[in-house]
Amino acid sequence: MSSPSKDPLAPARPNWMSNPRVRALIFQALVLAAVFALLGYIFHNTVSNLEQRGITTGFGFLDREAGFGIIQSLIPYTPASTYGRTFLVGLVNTLLVSALGIVLATLLGLIIGIARLSKNWLIARLAAIYIETFRNIPLLLQVLFWYFAVLQALPSPRQSLSIGEWAFLNIRGVYLPEPVPGQGFGWVVLALAIAVALVIWLRRWAHRRQLRTGQPFHTIYVSAGLLLGLPAVVFLFLGMPLTWSLPSLHGFNFTGGITMIPELTALLVALTIYTASSIAEIVRSGILAVSHGQTEAAYSLGLNPGNTTRLVVLPQALRVIVPPLTSQYLNLVKNSSLATAIGYPDLVNVFAGTTLNQTGQAVVIIGMTMGVYLTLSLLISLFMNWYNQRVALIER
Amino acid sequence: MNTLRWMAVGTAFSFAMAAGAAHAGATFDAVKKKGYVQCGVSTGLPGFSNADDKGQWKGMDVDVCRAVAAAMFGDASKVRYTPLTAKERFTALQSGEIDILSRNTTWTLTRDTSLGINFAGVNYYDGQGFMVKKSLGVKSAKDLNGATVCVQAGTTTELNLADYFRSQHMQFKPVTFDTSDATVKAFDAGRCDVLTSDQSQLYALRILLANPAGAEVLPEIISKEPLGPSVRQGDDEWFNLVKWSLFAMLDAENLGITSKNVDTLKTDSKNPSIQRFLGVNGGMGKLMGVSDEWAYDIVKQVGNYSESFDRNVGKDSPLKIRRGLNALWNEGGIQYAPPIR
Repeated sequence: MSSPSKDPLAPARPNWMSNPRVRALIFQALVLAAVFALLGYIFHNTVSNLEQRGITTGFGFLDREAGFGIIQSLIPYTPASTYGRTFLVGLVNTLLVSALGIVLATLLGLIIGIARLSKNWLIARLAAIYIETFRNIPLLLQVLFWYFAVLQALPSPRQSLSIGEWAFLNIRGVYLPEPVPGQGFGWVVLALAIAVALVIWLRRWAHRRQLRTGQPFHTIYVSAGLLLGLPAVVFLFLGMPLTWSLPSLHGFNFTGGITMIPELTALLVALTIYTASSIAEIVRSGILAVSHGQTEAAYSLGLNPGNTTRLVVLPQALRVIVPPLTSQYLNLVKNSSLATAIGYPDLVNVFAGTTLNQTGQAVVIIGMTMGVYLTLSLLISLFMNWYNQRVALIER
Repeated sequence: MNTLRWMAVGTAFSFAMAAGAAHAGATFDAVKKKGYVQCGVSTGLPGFSNADDKGQWKGMDVDVCRAVAAAMFGDASKVRYTPLTAKERFTALQSGEIDILSRNTTWTLTRDTSLGINFAGVNYYDGQGFMVKKSLGVKSAKDLNGATVCVQAGTTTELNLADYFRSQHMQFKPVTFDTSDATVKAFDAGRCDVLTSDQSQLYALRILLANPAGAEVLPEIISKEPLGPSVRQGDDEWFNLVKWSLFAMLDAENLGITSKNVDTLKTDSKNPSIQRFLGVNGGMGKLMGVSDEWAYDIVKQVGNYSESFDRNVGKDSPLKIRRGLNALWNEGGIQYAPPIR
């Protein structure tokens, strides 16, 4: 069929409109154009209405002085800083509670999930009770419970609970000694960096040796020795260049040391316990998804239980665990915005709350805040998908 | 909760604006048509806007809304209330969720010029103060260096607090909450040493403490807080009605008209000012597009300013706040309303 138009038996050349691919493309293009037109209309309409009502808008307010205090800030901040700075402070506080929450919830979830599968009846039931209880109570209630019922029942600063003379617990938070690096502490950090480099080299060397000779090497013990030993030797050799700033009661409050405010504690505890209950179920389903035959096959090859778990069960379980785990991480980050209920200075509280109210820039600020959560979620999703691809089964 | 509601308001903003634009400048007509005034109040502040055990809203700020309803419909009960946190209040007004914001809100330049709203006057002259537990032994705000301070988020109070400590070269730690309820609860539990707010609110919040007698208000007043109702820009008719409803309550006190004697004065009084005020002659209401009896209805159903003050925050209330600055100008205060003529 070299030239269909000259063949009288060939069907007439179909109309391009009846080609489903072309039609699909056209309709998709039309829908896309309509969506953009609608967005453009909403944007234009909002801007012109804001103008008409005398509500100022734009990003100019970010350079103005904020003039209010924030209780916790990991970056330098004073009331003389700008509204743009309040955005950063809120963002960093959100990242802090999210990162801590993700790590703690993963650890706790892993433990509870494995405990749920324990052959010990009591442990398995306790884990089940934990999961069913905390997964089914709304997170906001848990946040309020920890803050208003538990932490606010702690004693006042002058009646603090204390461990020796260096750690204190009261209604204002947890006070711990803060390490203050002295002169020459940089060498200790350098020693640690060298130890890390050595460990990486050692692992590669051990891997090559095992491929060549079949002899495994105990990298874990040697690595631990290097990581702890080398900095410790340097530290002692330099005469321990580290002092501790102890918290002590001056006037109204404790000063010195590290403070963990109760708002952070309550939010973190609630987020961790709540998310861990879901993660535990994900871990359980992941482990149950690996057929028992895999374990038996590994044993028959002569692998010990540790290696069986590490090299056979876990890689397959992770394929099931990672995708739903991603959703839990995303949820945790978004749920951290419940901070506003108990006054933890996260992005929603500080920026979408106080800053919005002081400036009245609702559209811009809500837009920026939504942009942050969207970006964070996409980044987490991207990373977890990358990790998922790495742990995915490679079929040969 | 608040966050969610907040996001909804924020995203729905542009749509609400689109809907509102078609009737721009027609709040007055819209209120008349729907038959009630939608009024934004606080989430609960005794004396200013607080729901009693029967769910009835009471307070000085509530009385402003009732006065406007009385002027508009001849019926002070034609009000529906929207409780708002400090953070939500301006967006609620801007987006048309409410018609009047009457919620102990300070009149400031930024708010007046950049939020698209107009302040209709001052129904309470206030100033910011500090409350501490007596057990702390503090006698002056100057002794508060290093204190932890509970404050409501998104208020002028929060800004004044930072300004004051900066100007005094003192340090402080702010603990901020969305509602005054959470703020006072945290103060009661000892989360902070100091509760700061407008002085009137401090007295109001003190009666909510477990042991009101154990707390005291420090003498310093660190700011001017003229509190008043506000409306959206762009409807002068509505703006005028709210403004003059407030003035009517003050002028009624000035003329000696109370809810008790208003009926007798209406039939008997030969005073031209009172006759004009009560709509016996003058046609004042017509100029605003409402009944000539508008001011009569306000005084009859809501009372004059002093009645509202005494009932809600003054001598007949648990708060027992003295008139002070809020007395009329000819009685030692600074409350002064333009004449109705």
